[in-house]
Amino acid sequence: MTPGGARTRDPSGLPPAPEVVERALAAAGGEGCVVIVEDTSEAEVRFANNTVTTNGIRRDRRVTVINFQAVEGGVAPGMARRGGAVDIDALVRDAAGDAAASRPADDAAALVGPEDRPPAAGPTLPDFATPPDATDLSVLGDVLAGLGHAFRRARRPGSDRVLAGFAEHGVSTVYLGTSTGLRLRHAQPTGSLHLVARSADGSRSAWAGSGTADFADVSVGGLEDRIVPRLERARRRIELPAGRYEVVLPSEATADLMVGLVDAMGGQDAEDGRTVFSRSGGGTRVGDLLSALPFELRSDPGEPGLACSPFVATGVSGADVSVFDNGLGIGHTGWIEHGRLARLRYHRAGANRSGTTATPPVDNLVLELPGATGSVDDLVARTERGLLVTCLWYIREVDPSTLLLTGLTRDGVYVVEDGEIVGSANNFRFNESPVGVLGRATEAGASGRALGREFGEWLNRTSMPALRVPDFNMSSVSQAS
Amino acid sequence: MPRGGDALDETRQADLRDVVLGAAASLGCAQAEVRVERIRSQGLRLRDGRVETAADDTEVGVGLRVLHEGSLGFAATVASDPDAVAALAGQAVLAARACAVATPGRVELAPEPGHGEVNWESPFDIDPASVPLADKVATLGEWSRRLQASPGVRHVIASVLAVTEEKHYADLNGTVANQRRVRVHPVVEAMAIRPDGDGFETMRTLAPPVGRGWEYLNGNGWDWDGELAEMPELLAAKLRAPSVEPGRYDLVVDPTNLWLTIHESIGHATELDRAMGYEAAYAGTSFATPDRLGNLRYGSPAMNVTGDRTTPHGLATVAIDDEGVAAQTFDLVRDGVLVGYQLDRAIAGASGLSGSNGCAFADSPLHVPIQRMANVSLRPAAGEGPTTEDLIGGVERGIYVVGDKSWSIDMQRYNFQFTGQRFFAIVDGRLAGQLRDVAYQAVTTEFWGSMEAVGGRSTYRLGGAFNCGKGQPGQVAPVSHGCPSVLVRDVRVLNARAEGGR
Repeated sequence: MTPGGARTRDPSGLPPAPEVVERALAAAGGEGCVVIVEDTSEAEVRFANNTVTTNGIRRDRRVTVINFQAVEGGVAPGMARRGGAVDIDALVRDAAGDAAASRPADDAAALVGPEDRPPAAGPTLPDFATPPDATDLSVLGDVLAGLGHAFRRARRPGSDRVLAGFAEHGVSTVYLGTSTGLRLRHAQPTGSLHLVARSADGSRSAWAGSGTADFADVSVGGLEDRIVPRLERARRRIELPAGRYEVVLPSEATADLMVGLVDAMGGQDAEDGRTVFSRSGGGTRVGDLLSALPFELRSDPGEPGLACSPFVATGVSGADVSVFDNGLGIGHTGWIEHGRLARLRYHRAGANRSGTTATPPVDNLVLELPGATGSVDDLVARTERGLLVTCLWYIREVDPSTLLLTGLTRDGVYVVEDGEIVGSANNFRFNESPVGVLGRATEAGASGRALGREFGEWLNRTSMPALRVPDFNMSSVSQAS
Repeated sequence: MPRGGDALDETRQADLRDVVLGAAASLGCAQAEVRVERIRSQGLRLRDGRVETAADDTEVGVGLRVLHEGSLGFAATVASDPDAVAALAGQAVLAARACAVATPGRVELAPEPGHGEVNWESPFDIDPASVPLADKVATLGEWSRRLQASPGVRHVIASVLAVTEEKHYADLNGTVANQRRVRVHPVVEAMAIRPDGDGFETMRTLAPPVGRGWEYLNGNGWDWDGELAEMPELLAAKLRAPSVEPGRYDLVVDPTNLWLTIHESIGHATELDRAMGYEAAYAGTSFATPDRLGNLRYGSPAMNVTGDRTTPHGLATVAIDDEGVAAQTFDLVRDGVLVGYQLDRAIAGASGLSGSNGCAFADSPLHVPIQRMANVSLRPAAGEGPTTEDLIGGVERGIYVVGDKSWSIDMQRYNFQFTGQRFFAIVDGRLAGQLRDVAYQAVTTEFWGSMEAVGGRSTYRLGGAFNCGKGQPGQVAPVSHGCPSVLVRDVRVLNARAEGGR
């Protein structure tokens, strides 16, 4: 296989996706129809204790039919989704049946047509008839060879390294057709590589991870070079109590906090009064200054290196996404501009009710402090006394009204004195709000692609800076190592 | 009639099974396990009585794991034509070969006898997949309107997730298992704005997700009328409640909250793959390492914990697991001491154990089976035992914790923090009104070591979740946990608002 390349023939034995879309649209009656075929090809290798443990290759297909029917007082959607070689007529009939038995939808809006094609800012749209992109384990050939070498090094006499991690690559090709004449295709390659090194006694550990589209820009050796020195630096252990510390968050930790932040940016929830972005007494906090530094938090399908789908493709409606919006173009979306909350997520019907513009979710996220330069190491070098965290883990919402999150530091907390790492500390449980973190951050480095340790699984394409945050709340000590 | 037609009826399943197992055997695989599955998931969510989300998804597919020349390989497809399915054997062998370069040792699966043909169905009366969408909407809508009619309730969210899982399993040992499991998880949450306009409070139903059919929503297994009727007053009292003074308190923990503490601090900690480091990169490891088996004091002598895949209506309950191992019950903690682990065949084999205890599960035909949690449960006191009121009566200054909410625990399962749905002050052995903003934080062995008493059978309830996460790529598993009310002395309580700097 060639990542991003196309095969001439689909070896799965499944009928071509564009044909499924056309046949379903032809079978559907009522007030309109949306058909989404998502063809996915994935390969992965997992390893631990210096050996590969599990692997997998898979071919998935999901066919979603959304049919719209006129019902008393408006239009109602019905959806049916099924995997594999579907009975198209049955799927259309099921969707139409549910629509006809439903009440008018609150998120109803005119279906998107060709006149609303995605903006040119996004990646170019290939021909709808192009077969799906595919992947297989050969993409991970260098990773497997690299692991073979790394395991041998780890097993050498004198080494007490135990390696664990994961490599995955997938390509998901979405075909979207509407009864209004829209035909859209988007192929999304997504990959990640995680490497953890632990000392044999489990007392020290270090992690590195990267997102990638094709594994050309990541390697086992590259990640090993990042974490082995850290494992060595951790030999000097400094026990620290709970408390508030000046913390340098590397871009991977920033990524997890910012994904948590953008997840809370639903417009309807804010208007209902149930989020940190609800205004006391009613309305939302759009326009409020969130940070003294002029941070930009944005998403853009055209973001270099982080390209993602430039149109809405959803099988289900939610508080701020709508099946009626399928095919709607996605452009540059500024969530926070010059430190101010600029917009929240809305589907078209919700935006219309709230007097604002539709803002769909986007599959990438960038935090940037314009003009900021330097790396996490530069921030460390300017730290008189503080902690350098490796990454955050088990992050859960405690109080939605402040977006207070709890979680753990993981795989390395380093003590910094006079710009130098002098040893490693125990882990901590933190209780912090990403809104507070952004508001109190006093310094940021340059932004670059960074994979959140926890939420990178859901949002792979993130570009983040390292941050300096004074008074970070380390609520208690965790004995975990 | 299965939604979207039926490309995987029983004859078809048997054909595909024979094709792929035959291909695997002819390629020299020492073991091969195939699963042909169809999983129907229906999700419905109403906001203030109006449909916000209605999803109906049927996942189908065939997954094959092989053991070939000492390496494991896994391949899966949604295709259902025999050529594509037979090709899985070659793909799985190719995967095993590709990984051999980084597999220094030989993989051994712990032995398991063949069980012949097994047909099993979880107990249910009404398959949720047979209930029309409009009827489902009507039930949740009616519940929503009851709460919306109460003064003070600002918004109501009602949802249900219903799953019908059909799994056709076969292996080269000669085990063929046809299993159907049904589960539902209805939730209703009412929200009110604080009188000072500063934030809001919610109150959610305590009804657990269960292995039952739609009859659960009709009152079979839960008193919905009773629970919905008391929610507005509970919510109103929470709005008026004082914010908790942080400090150390004795806790009486209701089973509606304790199940999650058991899940995180015992369930995951006693998974042998974690304890041996096989989850080091993701879910984490465990403080309960194999060298401490038989000597780790996990908790007080009142602590007895079992794992099982047999509890009626339990979410992890099956007849045969995804490696062909028969369902069973086993001890994990006896009289406060660690005595066992949850196992699958790969981990049992790697540890030189004589067999698995049946904890393999894959959440999808397209995912490889891994060790997943059994129903891990805390046994109630022998005989009649104390009631929850008896336990409360033994506390001078404490908090009664009801319902789960937020949870987090570290990667070795030492340090945890939980919140809940509602908290009642205990003063001199009696409940003295609700408290707000409570979070409790503890170290696993200290918490269970401070468990002074467990309630009797009358306090025992089954809790659980649909969404336990583990593995890479991530898999979710449904699991139940039975437990009584318990009394735990001297636990650290935080004020969540103060933690947030407010």
